[in-house]
Order: sequence, then C-alpha cells, then structure tokens
Amino acid sequence: MGLSLKASRHPLASPREQLRIIGNGAGGKRFQPFRDKLAEAGVGPLAAKAIEVFQINVGKLCNQACKHCHVDAGPDRTAENMSRETLDLCLAAVRRVGRPRVDITGGAPELNPHFRWFVQQVRSLGCRVIDRCNLTVLLLDSQRGLANFLAAHEVEVIASLPYFLGSRTDAQRGDGVFDKSVAALRKLNALGYGRPGSGLLLNLVYNPTGAFLPPDQAALEADFRRELRARHGIEFNSLYTITNMPISRYLEFLIRSGNYRRYMERLVGTFNRAAVAGVMCRTMISVGWDGRIFDCDFNQMLDLEVGYGAPRHIRDFDPDALASRRIVSDQHCYGCTAGAGSSCGGATA
Amino acid sequence: MAGYYRDDDLPRFADMAAGAPELWEKFESWYTAVFRAGALTEREKSLIALAVAHAVQCPYCIDAYTQACLEKGSNREQMTEAVHVASAIKGGAALVHGLQMRRVADKLSM
Repeated sequence: MGLSLKASRHPLASPREQLRIIGNGAGGKRFQPFRDKLAEAGVGPLAAKAIEVFQINVGKLCNQACKHCHVDAGPDRTAENMSRETLDLCLAAVRRVGRPRVDITGGAPELNPHFRWFVQQVRSLGCRVIDRCNLTVLLLDSQRGLANFLAAHEVEVIASLPYFLGSRTDAQRGDGVFDKSVAALRKLNALGYGRPGSGLLLNLVYNPTGAFLPPDQAALEADFRRELRARHGIEFNSLYTITNMPISRYLEFLIRSGNYRRYMERLVGTFNRAAVAGVMCRTMISVGWDGRIFDCDFNQMLDLEVGYGAPRHIRDFDPDALASRRIVSDQHCYGCTAGAGSSCGGATA
Repeated sequence: MAGYYRDDDLPRFADMAAGAPELWEKFESWYTAVFRAGALTEREKSLIALAVAHAVQCPYCIDAYTQACLEKGSNREQMTEAVHVASAIKGGAALVHGLQMRRVADKLSM
C-alpha cells in the first residue's frame, strides 16, 4: 500500500500547489476560468439554494490508499480526525437546519472513534444518515459488529466499487480490495441491504479507473447489476457515476502518466450547461475534521473555505447565511459540469 | 517534417472545415448522427469503431475510440475481443485471396 502524498512529502500534498497547477492550464494553454464559463453560459455566479445535505468529513484516516483519492487519505493520516467537541458542534448545527440528510465521509469515516456515537445521536434527531464506506473497513477486526450497527440504525451505505471486475478495482484501490469488497457486499446483503422492501439502502459508486469520463450512469448500472448478480450473487439499489476531480492523488496520476493536458481539455471541452443546476454545492455544506466549513468535499481538500461573508467555522454556524451563500469555485469545478455532470449522488444532467 | 502523425492534430480535426466548410458541416452532422444510439447502442457503435480503427490502422481513430469505449463503459476484455474480430477479418480477408492465387497458379501451370 502506498504512502499518502503528505507522508511522502510530495509537492502535490499542498493545496496551494494543486491550485497553482490547475490555474496555470496545461502545455502553455490556459483554460477559460470556470466562473467566466458560467457567466458566458448565463448560469453564474453559483449560489446555494438550501442545505439539504449536511456532509461531514470526520477524518483522513483510511485502511486503504487508493490511487485516485482526492482526500489523500490513508493509514498514515492519523493526525486528522474530528474531535468529540467538533462533532457536538455539528450536532447542534444539524438541529438548527431541521432534518437534513447527514452524509458522513472520510477517509474511512468508521475509523473515527466517535463514529457510532455520532450516528446514534443524528438518528435520534430523525435525520437520514449516509455512510460513505470503502467496504473493506467492514472486515477489519477492529470494526466487529459494524455492518450490524449500520443495519440496526438504518444507515444508508454508499460504497465505493469502481468496477465489477477485480483487475480494474484492484488497479485503483489496491491488491485484494475487490475480493474483500465482494465479501463485504455479501455481508451487507445478508443483513437485508440492497434487498427490495428492507428499507436498507446500498448504493454503489463508480469512479473511472483512469483518465476518462464516466459512462452513462443508467447503462453502467444495468451492467453492474447483471454482472454482480451473475458472478457474485450481489444486489444493490443504485449506482452513482462520479467524475474524478483533477486534484490531489488523481492530479498526481494525471501528471505522472502524461494525461493531464488531455484530461483538462476533456473536462473543459465537455462543459454541460444543463449539469450546472444540479451541482451538489448548491444544496449542501461540507464540514472538515477541524470544524471549518466548505462548499463541498473537493473545496475542502483544496483549503477553499466558504467565502463572500458566510461563516467559516461550525462554531459560528448560521443556517440562513449558509443556505443562500455564494459558492467559491476554481478550475477543478469543471469536473462537476463535464458530460453528464457529477455529484456525491452521481450524474446530474 | 518531424513525423507524419501528431497527437495534437486530433483535437484540431475540425480545422479541416477551412477550405470546404459546407462539406465539413455535412460530414460532421452525418458523423454525429451515425454515432447516436439507434438500433445499436452508443457503446456497441464505439466498439465497432474501435475494431474498424484497427482494420484501417488509423492512430487517431484508435486513440479516440479507445477513450470513447472506456467512457461508454466497455472494459479491456471487450475491447481486446473487438480488436481480435478486426484482426480475424483482416487475416481471413488475406487468406481467402489465396484461392485467387491458386486459380492464377493453376491457369499458369501445366
């Protein structure tokens, strides 16, 4: 398993360096600023319209170190974990929003020592909870009973599985990850996840395993359903296709493999005006492990806090100001508006 | 000239409109319509295009339709089989001409 960019002291561990690179264009060619593209298309500037999803990134610790990870998460990221005090502030903020969907991500969010306590608290408020799960965490000795816990609290599981074949999945997520993921999916199915009428939602996430855009979501979902059922007897509810953003480890891959210029041209060249209305930042906020507030998890990893006067820390949470805030954007945002669009819930157009 | 093929020519394909814009427009609208889903899916059409790209040995088309196939959800196994189909037809096409060779040889021989 590879080290994180941070642990290997790679220059791209720095958000500032990532922003410098994507701001400079590629091969001597500068790309139109994203905000100008929105204005030209008559859909800018971007502003939030509600807080329907309250996403919390509880830490960067993960038992995997996937090659495309925008968080630069991994086993060596032990320093960044949300504290109980910050989780308490999140709970207070959730209460003030009403009943948003509470979307818990990481790293492997389950590795935060307060994860189960927090899920119980949020569920007691009557909110739907989403766990963005890497699947293999369900098999760790330290996480015994986790799958049962998730089922008992009717937590929606959104699980990463980039392909229905082992070779492609392992190429992105590490040797042996596919077989473990299949074992974890069977465990979830046995508890009722992904089964009709159980009320236990199991949704899968596809990320391209290379420098290309995702396929049509509906067509790929049909492939996944057919192949996972036939090969492994696995059932799930929906498949979400998510475009890889040109940041962090995926940016490192693009540059190292000589695909950076072409990928950026692809993102910019397939800008889809119709995808803008559904971008996730318009209906969510994203809270970082240290309590800072962002427009989305990608902005969080680039240290681009909410702007234009919106409160920047969970201790100053103001639902009204945040629900109508102007969104902070940069060149990576082309990733969410390319082709069929992309969000935490898949395609948007 | 440094080389006959340049990868930065691919995104400049539309520059061929210069000199004959009406013909380019006809080509482009026909080309776009061909690859739209119809009786065949977009994925199937991309796999056919990938196979033909190999048969006509066009590096631009191989580049473009490798990416297109991946973006339509095809995997390497399927794409490799498509290339084998093209190769089999190319190989078979050469081999079946052997019958012509034999006919000519028969005619020329005592």
